[in-house]
Amino acid sequence: MSDLWEGIGQALWLLVTLDADLVEITLRSLRVTLTALVIACAIALPIGAFLAVRRFRARRFTIALLNALMGLPPVVVGLIVYVLLSRSGPFGVMGLIFTPTAMIIAQVVIIVPLISSIAHQALRELWSDYHDLLISLNTTQRQRMAALLWDGRRALLTAALAGFGRAIGEVGAIMIVGGNIDHHTRVLTTAIALETGKGDFAMALGLGFVLILLAIAVNLAIHIIGRTEQEGRW
Amino acid sequence: MKSLLTGLWVALATSSAAFADDMKLAVTTSFQNSGLADVLLPAIKEDTGIDVQLLVVGTGQALRLSEAGDVDAILVHSRTAEEAFVAAGYGTHRREIMYNDFVFIGPDTDPADIKAADTASVALAKIADAKSPFVSRGDDSGTHKAELKLWAAADLTPAGNWYRKVGAGMGATLNIASGMPAYVISDRASWLNFGNKDGLALLFAGDPVLFNQYAFLPVNPAKHPHVKADLAQTLEDWLTSGTAKALIDGYEINGETLFTFNAE
Repeated sequence: MSDLWEGIGQALWLLVTLDADLVEITLRSLRVTLTALVIACAIALPIGAFLAVRRFRARRFTIALLNALMGLPPVVVGLIVYVLLSRSGPFGVMGLIFTPTAMIIAQVVIIVPLISSIAHQALRELWSDYHDLLISLNTTQRQRMAALLWDGRRALLTAALAGFGRAIGEVGAIMIVGGNIDHHTRVLTTAIALETGKGDFAMALGLGFVLILLAIAVNLAIHIIGRTEQEGRW
Repeated sequence: MKSLLTGLWVALATSSAAFADDMKLAVTTSFQNSGLADVLLPAIKEDTGIDVQLLVVGTGQALRLSEAGDVDAILVHSRTAEEAFVAAGYGTHRREIMYNDFVFIGPDTDPADIKAADTASVALAKIADAKSPFVSRGDDSGTHKAELKLWAAADLTPAGNWYRKVGAGMGATLNIASGMPAYVISDRASWLNFGNKDGLALLFAGDPVLFNQYAFLPVNPAKHPHVKADLAQTLEDWLTSGTAKALIDGYEINGETLFTFNAE
């Protein structure tokens, strides 16, 4: 219990003094996860919209597969990405292993199924409302997907935030593909694992509280930028 | 708003500037957890300009990473595995750098009374007889290999509910031993620098079989042409130099020396 109070004290101290290492790994956490989030959204949101508007043979199977992959164990993703990017792997010549790029790739793989599943659920409801209208307007499939994505943007924000939450708190995959190298691939979660290994629980908890604060701050910022939850809007 | 976001993005993107002279070195957890890395790396950077990027893993994983060519050199402590590694052509040679020793850590009440043991084999036999909980690294690391060797030397096959393989690094294993509480074998450096010693104590040390040699092995550029063999050579020269000797021998925690330099 005393560790908990020490951890809160440690977190406050790190924040008040703007500890240089803390700022560095926090910015790296943000950079890796936000980049992964942007890429994952660019892939996952069109998939979600496509699954909502288009009926095809393997649709049910695809949806079930995406739902199942939501629970993909990050450590398995990490291993697979490691084997692919390793110098003796098929993409080894690119030299991406133990770089932030490798961490971004792993996080994209982890969150694409999550974002596309949630996006599909949200857009399916919307599609049942829009179906008759969009069909009668003789829209193309691309226009239908665009209409759904735009009008469903607030629900899609939730999907994106869920993806952000999963990615920023992830440690198993990025530990394997990033290697937790100081000043290079160390992020908040891998630093927490390292401090725990040293038996410095107060520091580990302090970093943990910083991570929680960061997640709250990013969510709030996105809501403020998107002007959701304000009067006169939904 | 947009320009603010763009500015933030640029700030984030440039926050990790790339260095020209960087190399990847896979090291054992004890090298990092002992705190020696924090002393040596800045000195290396200053003297040679090399930015050494550490991958802190067990000896088993370090050997795998270098076999795959994902690191430029390794600093590990498991002689048999290292010699096999060089024999297979993955490394050019093996250079001894420094040593410390393994120590027996356990509950400060010492239920198996290993304090009274005069050799490591006797200490292990006492633990096995008492069936006191014993935590094994179980991760194919150098410390794990050394522990298995000690059991074999004592003619014992540890098995049963009291022998717990956790498959974790040195620090995590010490945390588990502290929580149980249980006996555990650690290298002296990791133990001295460990922050969560509640209920644990150093109970046995000093048997010559507990000697723990650390060696530096560069990855063979003939196997992996992309490895930075020249930087690895520079680093090896530095690690075996007088500067390194002074820093390694001078590194103390609470007045105790952690490593002894013995490169030739």
